[in-house]
Amino acid sequence: MAQAAAVAKPPAPPRRRRASATPRRLPYLLIGPAALLMLGFIAYPVISVFYYSLQEYNPTKPWRNGFAGFDNFVKIFTEDPVFWDTLVFSAKWVFVEVGLQLLFGLALALIVNQTFVGRGIGRAMVFSPWAVSGVLTSAIWVLLYNSQTGVTRYLADMGIGSYGTSWLSDTSTVFSAAVVADLWRGVPFFAILILADLQSVSKDLYEAAEVDGASRIKQFWHITLPHLKDAIILSTLLRAVWEFNNVDLLYTLTGGGPAGETTTLPLYIANTSVDAHDFGYASALTTVAFVILLFCSIVYLRLSKFGGENK
Amino acid sequence: MITKEAVAAAPAPAPAAPAPTRPGKKRPAWDEVPRWQIYLPLGIYLVFTLIPFYWILLFAVRPAGSTSLVPWPMTTEHFEKVWTDRGFGTYFTNSVYVGLATLVMTTLVALAGGYALARFDFKIKRVFMLALLCSQFVPGALLLVPLFEIFAGLQMINSLGSVIIAETVFQLPLSIILISNFIKNVPYSLEEAAWVDGCGRFRAFRIVVLPLLRPGLIAVGSFAFVHSWNHFLFALMFLNNQHKQTIPVGLNSLMSADSVDLGALAAGGIVAAVPVVIVFAFIQKWLITGFSAGAVKG
Repeated sequence: MAQAAAVAKPPAPPRRRRASATPRRLPYLLIGPAALLMLGFIAYPVISVFYYSLQEYNPTKPWRNGFAGFDNFVKIFTEDPVFWDTLVFSAKWVFVEVGLQLLFGLALALIVNQTFVGRGIGRAMVFSPWAVSGVLTSAIWVLLYNSQTGVTRYLADMGIGSYGTSWLSDTSTVFSAAVVADLWRGVPFFAILILADLQSVSKDLYEAAEVDGASRIKQFWHITLPHLKDAIILSTLLRAVWEFNNVDLLYTLTGGGPAGETTTLPLYIANTSVDAHDFGYASALTTVAFVILLFCSIVYLRLSKFGGENK
Repeated sequence: MITKEAVAAAPAPAPAAPAPTRPGKKRPAWDEVPRWQIYLPLGIYLVFTLIPFYWILLFAVRPAGSTSLVPWPMTTEHFEKVWTDRGFGTYFTNSVYVGLATLVMTTLVALAGGYALARFDFKIKRVFMLALLCSQFVPGALLLVPLFEIFAGLQMINSLGSVIIAETVFQLPLSIILISNFIKNVPYSLEEAAWVDGCGRFRAFRIVVLPLLRPGLIAVGSFAFVHSWNHFLFALMFLNNQHKQTIPVGLNSLMSADSVDLGALAAGGIVAAVPVVIVFAFIQKWLITGFSAGAVKG
């Protein structure tokens, strides 16, 4: 309704607006607190990361601190196999997680968008893991996966698998185990966003398609999916960045192990700075991670022609 | 955004259009999906969603050493242990304090910034918008070291203030964008009418705009609370003192112990989940509308 009023009304003549005598400083005063906080606690740290990336900087070895030029970067690309391993694992992790979350989230959103008995409670239950934290997710799945009293024990009671299996400490199962745990929490994010966007598809389109005899699958491909396109592109991008950056779950669930098998690049950076105190090298790794993220995001938005048809 | 276009594009008055299909005595043909196609996949997915919740509840209430799959007989021993021996009572208070402070700060600062973006044209507006968008790509986890040094310089290590500031800052960009979209949906003419009636700009905002922003503010505030309640790394890094730590850090230390006390871990997890569940139940109905109003199409 609000929108209808705004659309119907012709743009107000500028003179009217000036009459309210707004002090010219007001907008600056209003954004002031937000701008100061972001300058101090985002912009400044980012700049200092760039600065440290050119330094040898390790509080535990102060005698070696000083300007290092591009030494850190040379070391990353030529002497550090862990960097390449973690980069490959990050890509695999983000790709698998975002792909599966989108697939299941889309399917769930389409299902709970139907009219059926118990829809409200069904939605609430499907969405509930969305609010669960990474650490709590880890706690829950540690309970499920532990070798003595986890699900494997009860499966073994039924004759499936063997006793004493721990999916989190076996290099052949740890990836799937972590993926399932993160999926449990991540699917509702897509389901919620896509369901929200489904509310705005005009029902007239479906009715028209129905009159023309289009099947439900055809309607999905030609009406629903094009409508969802921008939302899907934006949410997959945000989610990919988030899955790349977020270390809560892997840090607490596997600690990056066993044998570094589940270490993402940010987890490697956190370990380098927190455990090894090698701040200079960690900063250089961070800079590389920034650049990779930025590059991938731009390529993704270009390739997917985000928002293209509206203009 | 889309709703606006749809309203503008539809030749007939929009509110009247959906009305005929509403009464629902006969469901239109395009809406008829076989029931099993809904209930079967939904049921399978619900098993996957709910078993983990059941599992943690089971471990939290059954006596240590039991392997029963039914939560009976029940015991509160794990909760008592976690709450007093493992310090979750203190962690809980700290987490509530951090969550509420983050909620208030984020909402106030984002309200001011969002209003400026929605209602004014000013010189650095485009730069500010760009900064908000770019900051979405800056991972808090990668700024731990410089942030630690800043808070050390401000003598705020081991003070909850450091975590509150850090949580607020990383919650701000999205909150400002959301709130400014909500404000844009309130017609400017309403405010102008209030000025004509003699209200100042602030009073007009408080009387006319603020009540209409309620769903948006509830969404933004709850996100801020849940996010800071759940977040782990800042508290882990900036708070070394046992008495200053928050629930997620407490949970992590339960998990990283040499031999994990599963009952205590489960009880701690329930303690961590309760406030979030309450908030979630409270915002359910605003969640979908809140998102469709601005988050995705912004």
